[in-house]
Amino acid sequence: MPEFLPEDSVGIVSPQRFHFDEPLTLRSGKVIKTYDLMVETYGELNADKSNAILICPALSGDHHAAGYHSMTDKKPGWWDVCIGPGKPIDTRHFYVVSLNNLGGCAGSTGPASINPDTGTWYGPDFPVVTVRDWVNSQARLADRLGIQQWAAVIGGSLGGMQVMRWSISYPERVRHAIMLAVAPKLSAQNIAFNEVARQSITGDPDFHAGRYRDHSTIPKKGLMLARMVGHITYLSDSAMREKFGKATQEIKEASLNLGRDLRAGKLSFGFDVDFQVESYLHYQGERFSETFDANSYLLMTKALDYFDPSVDYDGDLSKAFAKSNCRFLLVSYSTDWRFPPERTQEIVTALLKAGKQVSYLDIEADEGHDAFLLPVPRYMQAMTTYLNRVKQEVAC
Amino acid sequence: MRADLDIIQKWIKPGSRVLDLGCGDGSLLAYLRDNKQTIGIGLEIDNQKIDACLNKGIDVIQQDLNKGLGNFESHSFDTVLLTQTLQAVHYPDLLVEEMLRIGKNCIVTFPNFGNWKSRAYIAFKGRMPVSDFMPYQWYDTPNIHFCTVRDFDDFCRDKNIDVITRTVVDNKHRDSAIIRALPNLLSEIAIYHFSRGQQGSQ
Repeated sequence: MPEFLPEDSVGIVSPQRFHFDEPLTLRSGKVIKTYDLMVETYGELNADKSNAILICPALSGDHHAAGYHSMTDKKPGWWDVCIGPGKPIDTRHFYVVSLNNLGGCAGSTGPASINPDTGTWYGPDFPVVTVRDWVNSQARLADRLGIQQWAAVIGGSLGGMQVMRWSISYPERVRHAIMLAVAPKLSAQNIAFNEVARQSITGDPDFHAGRYRDHSTIPKKGLMLARMVGHITYLSDSAMREKFGKATQEIKEASLNLGRDLRAGKLSFGFDVDFQVESYLHYQGERFSETFDANSYLLMTKALDYFDPSVDYDGDLSKAFAKSNCRFLLVSYSTDWRFPPERTQEIVTALLKAGKQVSYLDIEADEGHDAFLLPVPRYMQAMTTYLNRVKQEVAC
Repeated sequence: MRADLDIIQKWIKPGSRVLDLGCGDGSLLAYLRDNKQTIGIGLEIDNQKIDACLNKGIDVIQQDLNKGLGNFESHSFDTVLLTQTLQAVHYPDLLVEEMLRIGKNCIVTFPNFGNWKSRAYIAFKGRMPVSDFMPYQWYDTPNIHFCTVRDFDDFCRDKNIDVITRTVVDNKHRDSAIIRALPNLLSEIAIYHFSRGQQGSQ
């Protein structure tokens, strides 16, 4: 709970619901007739509407990217380190738009919403949405807000994929595309982890083929497992050693501990939790399972798996960027093993091949994939510098 | 601006695509953008220099020249630049080959180790030269492949490189008839503008 609001916080914010009546045809061919998007905005839109920045959320991110909903909130929005007055995405100059994507579970239309055709929960009948569908819905949101061109579209991981799609599908509507911890498409290993997560959920006896709401239950155990495996891939080996490897009496050097801190100070010689890392993962999984919808999680992992803008261009990503008109900034993090620097460099190479204007930073960071969400000084500095340039360009 | 950069910019065509290897703080690319409307990209590994580039709105890729330039397409730039960096890379010959592959023409500048001061330093002191211009000791210098004007002339001939222009200057980048007469002995900085020879790569 913030006892007082930090000076560089956007402060108390409240989400807005935008209703859309125009049907949205999805990549699958299915149609969502009407839908809502939950949106938060920070800062002021300037007179010529040139200072707007769109934040594309990652897998579990929603519209609440910065600030607090009330003084009783334990934590600020998911990207509060980056958004606020005086922060890299400086709300004294930029108008920042953040949303919960379609299929999500934080208020936008998704599996937990009522299907107007049936009068009951969509549940597993909610159509599979793709990154392209999200970006199309985000473009309609931009229309609604009167934003013809974003000063920048920014996102990490799955959010970075949306940024990439923006630059391809709406070349005239993006000035700067900023992608963090991103890959041009998932590898077999990435998909494999997602499949383990999906199997955990669908294999939970409480899943009821996605109709768990009708049984007044949720597949808690499955969702927990899904999050646990996901969470492991977001952290690096070194981050885990650091987090769970405090120096102890037995092992005075933290570096020799390898993150093997015990929870109760001794081994149990049973099959319950012995190590801190186990109890941490349980806690993370448990907390996630209480707030995230299982059907939404399945959808998000599918959106990740399906993402590949090169499919329309004979597998040649550089051709996908042929019409892109924005400038690009890409950032990778040295210990990210979900989307390692080499995967981000594939995009840089494609952009160079397409003759686009691109900058790329290979940041030394111990935090793994999650680094893009954290205040890594070198990364924050680069974002500040880059966006300062954007600010000068759009004169805000 | 650095005097060698002032010489170089005259060889850059307006509106051309320029790749600057080891671009530093992006001064040259910014100058070329503002005065010659070039489209430039720099390569750099130093964090602070990268930040200086971003601050100028210069596109920069964080990349180690010693790991190759395989991510760049052949003939994708008009000019590829390498200023005061040749002597610091692991494989100067391979890097120059890569420059010739990527650019229609190339510009390289390097400190001339054949300069009389360097020769005198070794001859009389019997030690590796240390100067204000090159202030490093032998063990901590980033400059691991020193060469002379004569060495580079030989290199260009062996590698079938067409030297378009060779300019030799003193450490204040002054050009003079006397330096031109005895380039390897008197020049401190050599500036080469070259392209692939007609017969292609050997």
